[in-house]
Amino acid sequence: MKVRVLVRLKPGILDVQGTSVKRALAGLGFDDVTDLRIGKVIEVDVNAATTAGARQRADEMCRQLLANPVLEDYTIE
Amino acid sequence: MRFGVVVFPGTWSDCDFHYVISEALHQPVKYLWHRDRDLSGFDCVILPGGFSYGDYLRAGAVAGRSPVVDALPDFVARGGYVLGSCNGFQILCEARLLPGALMRNECLQYRCQSTQLRVENVETPFTRGMRAGQVLTMPISHGEGKYYAEPDTLAALRRNRQVVFRYATAEGQLTKAANPNGSLENIAGIINEDGTVLGLMPHPERAAERAMGGTDGLLIFQSLLGTLVEDGSFLKR
Repeated sequence: MKVRVLVRLKPGILDVQGTSVKRALAGLGFDDVTDLRIGKVIEVDVNAATTAGARQRADEMCRQLLANPVLEDYTIE
Repeated sequence: MRFGVVVFPGTWSDCDFHYVISEALHQPVKYLWHRDRDLSGFDCVILPGGFSYGDYLRAGAVAGRSPVVDALPDFVARGGYVLGSCNGFQILCEARLLPGALMRNECLQYRCQSTQLRVENVETPFTRGMRAGQVLTMPISHGEGKYYAEPDTLAALRRNRQVVFRYATAEGQLTKAANPNGSLENIAGIINEDGTVLGLMPHPERAAERAMGGTDGLLIFQSLLGTLVEDGSFLKR
């Protein structure tokens, strides 16, 4: 079963990469961009019988490795 | 004092640490592979700088879950000391042996330069040979060294005097300009509550011989050696 994990910096934590990309977009004329934050997409294929089971495994993966709880939040799709 | 220098795929400061320990300090030292779990023959384990596992996912994330790091809590509980520098500090935070995390430098640049560090606590096994407020010179070399922790964690670090080094001017002032990576409160190095696990972004092993521009890094090792001689750990093990 395919699980997609989105990892992003917690709100309020300065995203220096996002700020830099936003500035570059403004340089290309996209001065209508008011905010930009960069995260990660992790696609995991997991052997699981049910969606709930796959989701639970992905949640464990996030807690143990995929996300750093000090800095990041995650969502599972 | 028996030192173990951990080597992960992608570590780069392992040889420098090994050289300093054997040639400048004349202490026994061995390399440890990241798959080793048996740390029984060592008094101090070093996690050197570099890019363990390519720093994939996050700096130090994969190494923080490796067998050798997994063995560290038991090692520390038995009286061992752990020193993590640069990537080693990132690994200790990822393994939650130290609180907080290290993020991309605020300036977005990789910084390879000399820094001044103000010693904030001289009552640790790693700093007892230093003077309070002493300013040390040590190089840094990293792209992800901005120390971050939540306000509660920062308050606890201050309360327990766990901040050991802060980036400062040569006169010991904590200024924004002296902070090379945007670390909160100019934090360059912290220690665990028991004073047995130290993590710092600067490289003490690159400031250990006059020919390399200074020997302030040796003070960390000399403090540690003094600690072990005095409490008799040397003789017991």
